[in-house]
Amino acid sequence: MGHQRIIYMDHSATTYAKKEVVDAMIPFFTQHFGNPSSIYGIARESKTAIDTARAQVAKALGADPDEIYFTSCGSESDNWAIKGVAYANRKRGNHIITTAIEHHAVLHTCQFLEKDGFAVTYLPVDRYGRVDPADLEKAITDKTILVSIMYANNEIGTIEPIRELAEVAKKHKVYFHTDAVQAIGNVPINVKAQNIDMLSLSAHKFYGPKGVGALYIKKGVRIENLIHGGGQERKKRAGTENIAGIVGCGKAIELATADIEGHNVRIRAMRDRLLKGVLENIPNARLNGHPTERLPGNFNVSFEFIEGESMLLWLDDEGICASTGSACTSGSLEPSHVLLATGLPVEISHGSLRLTLGDANTEEDVDFVLEVLPKVVSRLRDMSPLYQKAKEGGP
Amino acid sequence: MYSETVMDHFKNPRNVGEIENPDGVGEVGNPVCGDIMKIFLKIENNVVVDAKFKTFGCGAAIASSSMATELVRGKTLEDAWQLSNKAVAEALDGLPPIKMHCSVLAEEGIHKAINDYRVKHGLPPWEETSPHSHEHGEESGCQL
Repeated sequence: MGHQRIIYMDHSATTYAKKEVVDAMIPFFTQHFGNPSSIYGIARESKTAIDTARAQVAKALGADPDEIYFTSCGSESDNWAIKGVAYANRKRGNHIITTAIEHHAVLHTCQFLEKDGFAVTYLPVDRYGRVDPADLEKAITDKTILVSIMYANNEIGTIEPIRELAEVAKKHKVYFHTDAVQAIGNVPINVKAQNIDMLSLSAHKFYGPKGVGALYIKKGVRIENLIHGGGQERKKRAGTENIAGIVGCGKAIELATADIEGHNVRIRAMRDRLLKGVLENIPNARLNGHPTERLPGNFNVSFEFIEGESMLLWLDDEGICASTGSACTSGSLEPSHVLLATGLPVEISHGSLRLTLGDANTEEDVDFVLEVLPKVVSRLRDMSPLYQKAKEGGP
Repeated sequence: MYSETVMDHFKNPRNVGEIENPDGVGEVGNPVCGDIMKIFLKIENNVVVDAKFKTFGCGAAIASSSMATELVRGKTLEDAWQLSNKAVAEALDGLPPIKMHCSVLAEEGIHKAINDYRVKHGLPPWEETSPHSHEHGEESGCQL
């Protein structure tokens, strides 16, 4: 309110679409709008564009183009991978292994399957949010048909040891799916070298448009369809293609994976300066997630004695877009399942702040947050009865 | 998501702080649930002459504390006791349904502070008759 400047530090929620991406998309709304299933010229252009995008996605993942299937979003990809493998392999077994810190697109899908006779193991994580491959190995039974473990966590940014985890799954001949929605453009991925059987992605997390995602399905994986209907996506995913979205997804992943390390160096430097400044200047603050194995733009810090939503409201007042693991913004009144899984006490989970830096940010943004955040925290602490007790050394 | 009045009371909370030597203090809520309110009352001749608060919680919790302390100032203890959570929420031009428990907390905080005063003065505490206090558990979803 009344501010001109917006400091967007919520790139893990969504990103803006890059100009090159939007430019690539526009003709497919207005000129090349033909249905790729049709036979005439403008339809062929749509089809060619989809092929190009498929090749761009495949290249970014180290996959073959015919292993890439476009979907409407990351959640659809996760639903498809998990339900599709569960129903196609039911005769082999009914056991699925995932983790306690997955996105709800995975967790709620697994909970749905539990109502239909499947058994699900939710692996624990350590205090940094990492899954231990030894725990995965112990959890695998002769009934296990699928392991689904996220590549990088959306809240605390922890990057999982995917290569080791997928190795364990391969050794036991169990399909390995990873929700890589947060990882694309931040971590180099090669599905072949890493033994990944399925991988979900979503374009709006890497400067592409919303409403389009993809699922990589390794050749030979037994999987049922999720969306039934026409013969699109080689008869595996019905529905007229979102051509402009698919073109945007292809262009965006090409840009996002062109120079991952160069991008990371810039973003990580800003994030590290922000983190250092905050931890040095604000007492009773602690980093959530892994100190090094984390997404370059992820900052997740808990501030004791205060609650996250009131922090966000003050930051919003200064034009800073942020996010929290506090119950009070989720609509459920339960604090973040991810923070709780890392063993963070509930009351401290309420005071967590997530800032996710990305291409929209500059060093000036970091300076501004470093100026504003300590004031916000101290203003809220001054009115907190918990802070008062802590100062008095009470319980 | 919040009304302008809620945002005004959140950003410019009235009566933040403590009263030295208060006549009644009421602390309600739980850090596990994400909100704690501590209400301080100064009472003279059966009238609330000052009310202050300290709150750990979300925007609605802070705004509810601010509004509730405004509303009880100048009231007799009997009238202050009658302050309902609905009156607090209405004075704030409404709260989102999931945040109604914040206004309940404010009502409970005032009640607890009044009873603290009554007990200190050898009077029997008033009993909660309002059904609102039962809503807290249901609406907040925070059952501990």
